[in-house]
Amino acid sequence: MSRFNPEGAKKTVPNITTASLPDIMFMLLFFFMVSTQLRENTVNVTQNVPYATEITKLEKKSLVSYIYVGSPRGTFKALYGTDTRIQLDDKISKVNDIRPYIVGEWEKRAEEDRPKMTVSLKADEKTKMGIINEIKTELRKAEALKINYSAKKKVVDKK
Amino acid sequence: MARKKRAFPEIPNASQADIAFLLIIFFIVSTTMDTDTGIYRVLPQWVENVEAPKINKRNTFVVLINKNNDLAINGQFAQISDIKDRLKEFILNPNNDPNLSEKKEENIEGLGLITRSQGIVSLQNDRGTDYGAYIEVQNELVKGFNELRDEFSMDRYGRKYEKLTPEEQELAKKAVPTAISEAEPQEVK
Repeated sequence: MSRFNPEGAKKTVPNITTASLPDIMFMLLFFFMVSTQLRENTVNVTQNVPYATEITKLEKKSLVSYIYVGSPRGTFKALYGTDTRIQLDDKISKVNDIRPYIVGEWEKRAEEDRPKMTVSLKADEKTKMGIINEIKTELRKAEALKINYSAKKKVVDKK
Repeated sequence: MARKKRAFPEIPNASQADIAFLLIIFFIVSTTMDTDTGIYRVLPQWVENVEAPKINKRNTFVVLINKNNDLAINGQFAQISDIKDRLKEFILNPNNDPNLSEKKEENIEGLGLITRSQGIVSLQNDRGTDYGAYIEVQNELVKGFNELRDEFSMDRYGRKYEKLTPEEQELAKKAVPTAISEAEPQEVK
């Protein structure tokens, strides 16, 4: 039929070359390595943080310590019930544990970074203010005055 | 004994893609992508047995949230959407209303003589107030102050606060301080 193929050999579809597949995979891998950071600890309390519009980004992750507040979830529910609890690092803690925790976090940082340390308060929106105020009082006593009320960006539709 | 030189076998690279793929999966599982955002505030220093400073009543803007998440401004029920405009009116006090905040001429280094409001927002809440409601109010207050700062920057530098240099931002912060005082929670009806 084709004059370029006078022998009339059966045409076969050439195999797709897989030589570049590793390169594609490595590209994806580097993308993930650059754009993500390691998970620090598993959060075992509910975390439906409130929405807000006037939010700022937490710039330096290494300067941030976290306090999680919410009701226990998953396996922790059976252990601690459904009352609001505070989680520091991986442990469910009491309000009294905050001050030692802050001091520990303070000591972990290099001296020049210490004044810039920020505490991110990640509290569930259903949390009562009583416990939040206790935490705030403890933070003030521990002289961790820079805090960040964790909130998600609220999308405001402009009509 | 001329033995034929053995050809060095090539390492098969067919599995290279699979290895990379495994690594990708490992990174997806063990990392997070979410950036942390939130409302930034600086808490006041802790002082034992401090006596509440006497502030003229006209200089306070009391926002109260009770345990049912109802809102009151200076003792009257209000809506969340009202806060921002009421706050701006309170701070700017365009008609020099004797019930709204007092304004004083102040000399700030780098800015010269400017009129600054003496008004302070007092945010009060009950132990039973929801954190979500509290953040919503906090957000509105911060939004009000941010808009005031924007207006000041527009007046002074002809640019919005965001576009100012860091030094100018510091000065704008001094001219329009975020004056929110948070009282200890109390039982409110």
